[in-house]
Amino acid sequence: MRSVQSERTTHPVLIFWIIAGWVGFCLLPWYMLEDGIWSFEWLTGGYPFDEDYAPGLFLISQGEKLWLAPLLIPLALPLLALGRAKSDPLYAKLLILSGALGFGWLIAQGFGIGIRGFNYDWLKALFGEPKIRQFGMGYGAMICAAAFLFLLTQGIAARGAINGDVFVVSAIGGVITIVTAFVFYPIANMLFSAFITEDGAYSLSVFAAKFFDDRLWGLGCLWGARCGAAWNSLFLAIAVGFITTALGLCFALVVTRSGFRYKRAIRALTVLPIITPPFVIGLALILLFGLSGSVTVFFADLFGTQPTRWLYGAPGVLIAQTLAFTPIAFLVLIGVVEGVSPSMEEASQTLRANRWQTFKTVSLPLMRPGLANAFLLGFIESMADFGNPLVLGGNFDVLSTEIFFAIVGAQYDQGRAAVLAMVLLFFTLSAFYAQRVWLGKKSYTTVTGKGDAGVHPLMPTGLSIPVLIIALSWALFTAVVYAMIIYGSVVELWGVNNTLTFKHYVTAFSVRFEEEGIRWTGAAWDSFWTTITIAAIAAPLTAAVGLVTAYLLTRQSFAGKNAFEFGTMLSFAIPGTVIGVSYILAFNVPPIEITGTGVILVVSFIFRNMPVGVRAGIASMSQLDKSLDESSLTLGANSWQTFRRIILPLLRPAILAALVYSFVRAMTAISAVIFLVSAQYDMATSYIIGRVENNDYGLAIAYSTTLIFVMLSAVGLLQFLVGRVQIGRRNMLAVKDTT
Amino acid sequence: MSEPLISSKAAPVRFEGVSKVFGKDVVAVDNIDLHVDAGKLVTLLGPSGCGKTTTLRMIAGLEMATSGRILIGDRDVTKLPATDRDVSMVFQSYALFPHMSVLENVKYGLTFSGFAKEEARDRALKGLDLVGLKGFDKRLPSELSGGQQQRVAVARALVLEPQVLLFDEPLSNLDAKLRRQVREDIRAIQQDLGLTVVYVTHDQEEALAVSDEIVVMRNAAIAQIGTPRQLYDAPNDRFVADFIGEANLLECQIVSVEGETATIEIDGHRHKLPSRGLTPGKAALAVRPSRIVIGNDKGVAAMVAKATYVGVRMEYTLTGGFGQVFAVQDDVDDPLEPGAEVKMSFASKGPVLLPQ
Repeated sequence: MRSVQSERTTHPVLIFWIIAGWVGFCLLPWYMLEDGIWSFEWLTGGYPFDEDYAPGLFLISQGEKLWLAPLLIPLALPLLALGRAKSDPLYAKLLILSGALGFGWLIAQGFGIGIRGFNYDWLKALFGEPKIRQFGMGYGAMICAAAFLFLLTQGIAARGAINGDVFVVSAIGGVITIVTAFVFYPIANMLFSAFITEDGAYSLSVFAAKFFDDRLWGLGCLWGARCGAAWNSLFLAIAVGFITTALGLCFALVVTRSGFRYKRAIRALTVLPIITPPFVIGLALILLFGLSGSVTVFFADLFGTQPTRWLYGAPGVLIAQTLAFTPIAFLVLIGVVEGVSPSMEEASQTLRANRWQTFKTVSLPLMRPGLANAFLLGFIESMADFGNPLVLGGNFDVLSTEIFFAIVGAQYDQGRAAVLAMVLLFFTLSAFYAQRVWLGKKSYTTVTGKGDAGVHPLMPTGLSIPVLIIALSWALFTAVVYAMIIYGSVVELWGVNNTLTFKHYVTAFSVRFEEEGIRWTGAAWDSFWTTITIAAIAAPLTAAVGLVTAYLLTRQSFAGKNAFEFGTMLSFAIPGTVIGVSYILAFNVPPIEITGTGVILVVSFIFRNMPVGVRAGIASMSQLDKSLDESSLTLGANSWQTFRRIILPLLRPAILAALVYSFVRAMTAISAVIFLVSAQYDMATSYIIGRVENNDYGLAIAYSTTLIFVMLSAVGLLQFLVGRVQIGRRNMLAVKDTT
Repeated sequence: MSEPLISSKAAPVRFEGVSKVFGKDVVAVDNIDLHVDAGKLVTLLGPSGCGKTTTLRMIAGLEMATSGRILIGDRDVTKLPATDRDVSMVFQSYALFPHMSVLENVKYGLTFSGFAKEEARDRALKGLDLVGLKGFDKRLPSELSGGQQQRVAVARALVLEPQVLLFDEPLSNLDAKLRRQVREDIRAIQQDLGLTVVYVTHDQEEALAVSDEIVVMRNAAIAQIGTPRQLYDAPNDRFVADFIGEANLLECQIVSVEGETATIEIDGHRHKLPSRGLTPGKAALAVRPSRIVIGNDKGVAAMVAKATYVGVRMEYTLTGGFGQVFAVQDDVDDPLEPGAEVKMSFASKGPVLLPQ
């Protein structure tokens, strides 16, 4: 019975994608619509004959875009496979041929023919220069491409790859395709543009000229002049890495190994980096130490000196980044410090080591990989940070901001941006690679599944006092900074007129109730709703892509799995500015032409935040015993049914976490976003940056405060929901017991 | 049972030259041939790492054979994934889905087999009835005891009426008392329904108790196949003799063979036993601890090195020119003292000759 059924189940999927291919080709508009994805104006505006709205088939039948005609062959091929059994070798051959031909031809014509005709000289030489051109792929083309891709994967599955599992092969094919399209392709494209001269030819000397620029590698700061952006970034990142690791370790030690009473309050620090827009700390520092900052003014009055602008430059950026990234190091190190098995330390103590010797010879060495990890994270974060240097950098150039100014500044120099991005990418990837190599070789995880009843010993007194002092003063400083943010948002004009007012909130978020409903009159509403919408669209997609990838990585084995994993994690190490630059370069022209739309923002969020979803998925999936999947398979469910009915329901908390986290990260992102926003789709963060550049600090800070509270409630809601899932189960049990 | 609640579609399983290689050169199963008759319970027995679980998983379709052919019934399933094989499996950890009730767990496989909702439910309830869990259908697995969870796992596999039912060390998570009862239940259900069952265990006592036939595995290959009695009484080699029940292996000399009977000599003591095709020369003698006779008059000179009282019997360690042997005696009232000089001989039935 089961065998009969399995022969049947392969077919609906095949039929679905064949139909999808034909619908994409014959019914939906082939090209990108100018009014955006959500506009349905095309239904009334001349469809299906108008050239802008016509489906592929109508274009060909009118003698237009004839290069789409060959697609009819791969569309027709799978029809021959319909009557055949899956085990028939011709079935697999037909599908592979159709998928490969169709997908290949779509890509070839997409890259070959652009807005201004042929993109390559040899094509022009071959075919002459007829008047042909095309725009980016729209609904029709995208669905057609998806249909070809999944026909191809079904063909590969039918040939016996991964035990002929259609779902797994399709998932692998799908993830590889989108990661290639939205991570590798733009990055590679950008790297190539570093070699392009102004008139479009390739040249090594152009690259060399830009690469060896003194503004990039100058070492002037050693004798009082200015250093190049590359050195600035490197020195800054190393300093930030060291300081955040040290501070993070102090916090972790206080929480796990001291008698300090308010540990929970310190643990709350870990939430901060999640909910803080990236430049808010910079703003708060300006309020404190800027030219008219409270501390500056106070000391200037006290000593009768002139207030200085010392904050703007390396010191300010360093302080801001340390404030911003210490909680991240703390988060990493608290896991590591708790992960050192207490029985190791107890064993050491029973072997006559005192507390200081135990700490020095056992606890600290066991934490070493964690320390390295925290340092590298701090390094990568500092390299990639865009908001703080932009607000506080002054004349202190770092790579991430230089990239921005190369693109949006008066100089508009794509090549230079690409070169800078390459240097930045080189630094972060090296750190990323070092981290993986280091962690891959040295695993000191000492906590096993076995119960470990021991208790961590307290720190030796000589250590605990300085650690406690450092941790508490830094925590106090952080608290002051965050208090400044809230206070700053209700002050009329900082340093000039200190009366309290809700003026900024009113400007940003006023509403008027009128007969036709609420009118959102505040200046910030537009960008606020755009942000919420885009983040809300991106979050489920991010979680979905992340979880499917995690499923493939933890539950399936296939050739090239390591490369696959590295590829999906790579976007974690690519700084947002690099992503931003590469996206506008790659997606400004066909075949994927989405610059200036909301889609590009959604896409960038998905691939920026995907590693978070992947990690969350991997972490919780490895908690699920593999025999659950296997028993589902032996009970006759296929892998898709197993994924949907066993794994997904058991992963509910992880899914929620991935959803909320990607939502929140999408709201606070700035580095990639600032390149990708358009007048129509302005995001909250880029709006705030705009206010800052106009010295409108009050509004900027009020808006940031609002964002912090919105995200805090999102995180709180998550805690509530995840908590309730478990409680709900327990209640259910209780109810059943009483009945 | 008045009417059969669940019928059986038992089919034979056949392995033809099947190998499984993990990675490049880790051979988990090396070229084995195996035939399991329909309606029989066959146990795969062996130390950990011998390839028994891999063999089981290849029947289930959770591992794919690297080479060779696997047939279930008369269908070649070598390349079929688990989903498409008519096989179900009871896992060591039971693998009950924690988010589904007992009924939903048992019904799970039925919903993929094309049954209507009502019928799937009826069949699931009948399955629960069969394993003695009537009325537990609305509970979650976490609300059941270990033994009950085990029975849900069995019911879940049974209701699909599989051609072959697989058990992967199903008793290892139960306490000793429950183990005996559950294994008897499994055996009873198997015999009532006439199921083909392949059962993996590393516990030789469990294997002896439940099996029609035992396949002893060692180092990715089959060491011996036979009924429990055959394996216990006539092991092929030292490994099987030692693994199935405990056996003392002693060096001996075959002095003469007459027909089917051989005469052996150990330290001057002579003993007659079946020759099993061996010829005069060096050989090994396998003797179960209970088949060693300790006396004073005839036999091999030995000394009591250790004497342990374990309630129902005495356990002795004897040393002598032959090395060391382990013996048990039912006489607990007059135990021998350590250091006592005794004569050791062998029961007339039981000891087996093995090739050197």
